[in-house]
Amino acid sequence: MPTDTVQDTPQGQTLQEQILQTAVTPERVEKISAAAYRIRHHALNMGEVQGQGYVGQALGAADMLATVYGDQLNFRAEDPHWEARDRFLLSTGHYAIGHYAALAEAGIVPVEELETYGSDDSRLPMSGMSTYTPGMEISGGSLGHGLTIAVGMALGLRYQGSSARVFNFLSDGELDEGSTWEAAMGAHHHQLGNLTAMVDINALQADGKTDTVLRTEPVTEKWESFGWYTQRVDGNDVGALLAAFDNAAAQAAAVGRPSVILCDTKVGRGVPLLEDREKAHFMRIEENEWQICREQLTAGYEGKASA
Amino acid sequence: MSTTTEAPDTTAAAKPKLKTSAMIASFADPGQKTASAPFGHALVKAAQENDKIVGLTADLGKYTDMQIFAKAFPERFFQMGMAEQLLFGAAAGLAETGLVPFASTYSVFAARRAYDFLCLDAAEPNLNVNIVGGLPGLTTGYGPSHQATEDMAIFRGMPNLTIVDPCDSIDIEQAVPQLAASEGPTYLRLLRGNVPTVLDEYGYTFELGKAKVLRGGNDVVFISSGLMTMRALQAAKALAAHNVDVAVVHTPTIKPFDAETVLKEINTDRLAVTLENHSVVGGLFETVASAVVTAGLGKRVVPIGLPDQFLDAGALPTLHDRYGLATDRIVAKVLAELG
Repeated sequence: MPTDTVQDTPQGQTLQEQILQTAVTPERVEKISAAAYRIRHHALNMGEVQGQGYVGQALGAADMLATVYGDQLNFRAEDPHWEARDRFLLSTGHYAIGHYAALAEAGIVPVEELETYGSDDSRLPMSGMSTYTPGMEISGGSLGHGLTIAVGMALGLRYQGSSARVFNFLSDGELDEGSTWEAAMGAHHHQLGNLTAMVDINALQADGKTDTVLRTEPVTEKWESFGWYTQRVDGNDVGALLAAFDNAAAQAAAVGRPSVILCDTKVGRGVPLLEDREKAHFMRIEENEWQICREQLTAGYEGKASA
Repeated sequence: MSTTTEAPDTTAAAKPKLKTSAMIASFADPGQKTASAPFGHALVKAAQENDKIVGLTADLGKYTDMQIFAKAFPERFFQMGMAEQLLFGAAAGLAETGLVPFASTYSVFAARRAYDFLCLDAAEPNLNVNIVGGLPGLTTGYGPSHQATEDMAIFRGMPNLTIVDPCDSIDIEQAVPQLAASEGPTYLRLLRGNVPTVLDEYGYTFELGKAKVLRGGNDVVFISSGLMTMRALQAAKALAAHNVDVAVVHTPTIKPFDAETVLKEINTDRLAVTLENHSVVGGLFETVASAVVTAGLGKRVVPIGLPDQFLDAGALPTLHDRYGLATDRIVAKVLAELG
């Protein structure tokens, strides 16, 4: 776990030079890929207990979650409220299944507890809430809230002299919400260089494909024009994610440009059975399919690892 | 109108002077003692004692007296622009980091536009986010876009939220530090600019969550909040001339409601009247009515408040008379009720 991801931008260096200093080594890629595999495996197990759940999103976002928790965030697993921690805000409450898996991977939630996902009296409700789960900073779910709260947190931390960073995970569907753009303007206006947004662009919303529901493209140009340091990467390419987060970390400063990493992902990623299934916001998986999913996931991961 | 030496405009002189509507209209009577910007000064004073207090606004700092705080503590003030969802989401984020934000806008925008953000980001996690809403009820002549006639009705259903409807500068000055000290989210129905000073004559102190009996009376009991307590006191004096003895109970905290004090005053043979600068739907009247019914009292309560409709634009005195908030209208209503 990194403990010092906040870096002042060294004077007189180009961004390219800085990137070279924080090389994306095969070891880092391997470590995060393994974490992403375990997050996916946890998510399938949790989905099986409920017989349902936002498994497709969890599989798609697993690499993003693994990268941020395994490589970027500064936290103490045994003390989720540690004052100097970086904040990770899950705006898309329904991605909680993936987030719980990442929290288990991070050691904040016991792995054994994951099977309670979505059950009565569980600390792991279907939609993420800060009042239920250690490590869950906000109650997401009403979409378009996360980035507004993140702006306040980034302002508050900076005002109090903290060098902690704020990461907001949001989805491309949340780009429909006007409040997201209010916050995007606010973050730029207040020069919140301690704020990073990560957008899961899976091109899917509740009613169908994003470009048929409400066209949000060109997404990159939108964020750039709002004054953000904007990168767009394959959100299922761990090496590309690490490089993008390194770039964002190199940019991070108390006063500076906020950073956004636009991550194109594939719903159901890592499980061919689900990748090829007709895309649905709430994916239906039959009782006998869960084991097939796990086998496909493991075969794919081991095949890639040995390749 | 002054006359001129040449070509006096007799047509214009013959016309009565038009009463105009104003965004910011004073409801203080001529000669009424007032205090300037009590909220802004109280927030500065509280912030001098509590370094966690910060201020935000959504492009209405000048019109909510937040500007006074911004000038005193520029580094503790955050301008969020005309973006109310961001205003309250960010206020929640600031509170998450241990700060005590006061976030101001007009009541209509806080209640109608940003409800979801206040509900889920501030109230559900029970954060110390203090909402400051200008132009509550009928305190502007600008019509329904600015008249928050149903703000309490909207906010009363929000769990954890404390709602304060102050009468005057004394209430506001004393409420601000108590709102900062109270744990969860609060909503203050702001009176701004030159705010009447009324309650100093009644040996009164504001206590969050408490109703106070300002004066006793044998024939009628007024239960009032907000600026209507000022009108209630004026009406009580006027009714004395008609040999009607009126008690006035001021209930600045609408939620949590001090039912104990109010029910003790209502459970008598006196005519009970509620007075509020708010729709008769969902505000003080229904708060009192539900307390009365819950306690099993078979007591009639007469509501004085704004009608359940979108109100006219116009001059504030005209509108207060039209909709029954003016002192004369209160007196007439009570005399009619007494027969």
